Amino acid sequence: MEKFTRLKAIAAPLLRINIDTDAIIPSREIKRVSKLGLSDGLFAGWRYTEPGGRAEDPGFILNRDPFRQAQILLSGLNFGCGSSREHAVWALAEWGIRSIIAPSYGGIFYANCARNGVLPVILDNDTVEELARQISENPEQHLIEVDLVERTVTAPDGVLHSFEIGSADREMLLEGLDAIDVTQKRDDEILAFQSRDRLRRPWIYL
Amino acid sequence: MGRTIIDKLWSEHRIADLGDGTSLLYIDRIFLHERTGSIALKSLEDQGRHVRNPEQVFCTMDHIVDTTPGRGDATRVPSGTDFIKTTRTAAHAAGLNLFDLDDDRQGIVHVVSPEQGIAMPGVTLVCPDSHTCTVGGIGALAWGVGSTEAEHALATKTLVVKRPATMRVSFDGQLPYGVTAKDMILHLIGKYTASGGVGYAIEFAGTTITALPIEARLTLCNMAVEFGAWTGVVAPDDKTFEYVKGRPYAPKGEAWDRATEHWKSLVSDSDAEFDREIAIDVANIVPQMTWGTSPQHEAGIDQRVPDPRNEPDANRRLSMERALEYMNLEPGTPLEGIPIDAAFIGSCTNSRLSDLRNAAKVLKDRKVAPGVKAICVPGSSQVKLAAEAEGLDRIFTEAGFEWRESGCSMCFFAGGESFGVEERVVTSTNRNFENRQGPRTRSHLASPTTVAASAVLGKLADVRKLEPQE
Repeated sequence: MEKFTRLKAIAAPLLRINIDTDAIIPSREIKRVSKLGLSDGLFAGWRYTEPGGRAEDPGFILNRDPFRQAQILLSGLNFGCGSSREHAVWALAEWGIRSIIAPSYGGIFYANCARNGVLPVILDNDTVEELARQISENPEQHLIEVDLVERTVTAPDGVLHSFEIGSADREMLLEGLDAIDVTQKRDDEILAFQSRDRLRRPWIYL
Repeated sequence: MGRTIIDKLWSEHRIADLGDGTSLLYIDRIFLHERTGSIALKSLEDQGRHVRNPEQVFCTMDHIVDTTPGRGDATRVPSGTDFIKTTRTAAHAAGLNLFDLDDDRQGIVHVVSPEQGIAMPGVTLVCPDSHTCTVGGIGALAWGVGSTEAEHALATKTLVVKRPATMRVSFDGQLPYGVTAKDMILHLIGKYTASGGVGYAIEFAGTTITALPIEARLTLCNMAVEFGAWTGVVAPDDKTFEYVKGRPYAPKGEAWDRATEHWKSLVSDSDAEFDREIAIDVANIVPQMTWGTSPQHEAGIDQRVPDPRNEPDANRRLSMERALEYMNLEPGTPLEGIPIDAAFIGSCTNSRLSDLRNAAKVLKDRKVAPGVKAICVPGSSQVKLAAEAEGLDRIFTEAGFEWRESGCSMCFFAGGESFGVEERVVTSTNRNFENRQGPRTRSHLASPTTVAASAVLGKLADVRKLEPQE
């Protein structure tokens, strides 16, 4: 997995609430049994003028310069709610998004981000709106810096905002760890649990 | 201090404390389906990893399978057959329990898992599907995961999980006529929003829950994820034990006695404290209907389409405006009476035998309104067989409904079959998102009985005004 430490990049504001994973990547855009080839379908329902088409809607933020090069996405609360499809994160990452900043997330989406090198930052709604305001009012100032080492976000105006993230997710992102490798080091503990549990709950073991 | 059911289920499955509120949890059961299970199995295989306990992993075909009678591997979803075949090959190679298309145990994963006794009280169960929380209705700790997490569970039989906060939602009182578990959960989401449950594991409790049949509890927990919750659970009771007993994968004989004895302890202690409590008196709930593009965009069927100008929160106001434009609805329009083009009964939310029986009571000796496309898709092959054995299929077809093979069907549009552009559908499913059921399709979520009543009248209907036909 790609590591995430620090990123200073263009941030695109898409401040809608409850953006669901169906909107991030519609099911019709998932055409193969693969984690690749999904960026074309990213936000397809909003990015293109016709369902299934590829003619860009110039009104959509990611179709406008400089946001075509955005690596950070600002959004409203409950980003990534709905379907568990990890394709949402794969599509975002393949398109170029490395970090999202929102007041809250769909739980499954949040967990999926950390396992794909995408950093989900939680900042309160007023702060996210302030970041978006600075970007909208001064398009020259569209760079935001996200620092996972220090757990800070630096706004275009230089103001620093701290965020929290679970230590397991943080470590996985910082080190680019494979979660299965990490857990398999605890194989003895898993086996010991199974032996104890088999006596306690024998009906579980088919 | 006493412990909540969530505390008990958590500690019973904790292998290691990883600090920071995170635990390595043991996962008892893993379920896969062809849409997201395929990529998890393929990815695992590509990395040369193995399924740790294949005998405790189950797999079904539901998401993109064709549901027209006489179906095979062919599907109207472009390249859909690849998902079916990849899953089949990988499931056989890994030695999983596969309920394939020709198996009468096939069906929607969350309908099949309690039906077969795979989901049981006290088990941890994960599936790469957000509606895995459904089986919380049977007292399981079950939640949806992504494909990578599914790979982790398959390879290690564990997951690393940050402990959620706890919430108890108490529903009390007797459900009024025409009001169902679907209306209860829509009401909760409407009142507390689609993000009201973010970060929480929820116990649904109270006298209404105790009185609910198991299938209704499954409906209720199904939409915990639409409330934003990590999962929902109902404490197992005698009704649960009666439901589970005798199911194919349920314990038998002495094991059954030991299991039920253990399951009786899986209730919140009387002095247990939750991080948040919500209490709802069900006497005030009426049949619910969504009007927008989020499950929180909902109201009683006797209400009008709300006016965004009355919404003080700017973000919610914007979301309402967008939704009304998409849905082509004017503020102030009475919900009851809005003309519809189609009606759909199915999905992991509302496709079980009791759902079909209740809808059939409304449809008996009645006809679907002219011009309304009406489809019923039983949740599993077992549900379909049981419904046919008692003649429900004839009630549906005589009313003018199509009667299908089981699967997720038109709960979502994957590029195959869909409702038409700008068609208005009343649906017993769980998501009314933009384009969810078809390009620009307008979805109204409701209970199966409300869907049936609306199909008959050709417009969004108040089921309480139609006499049930016994």
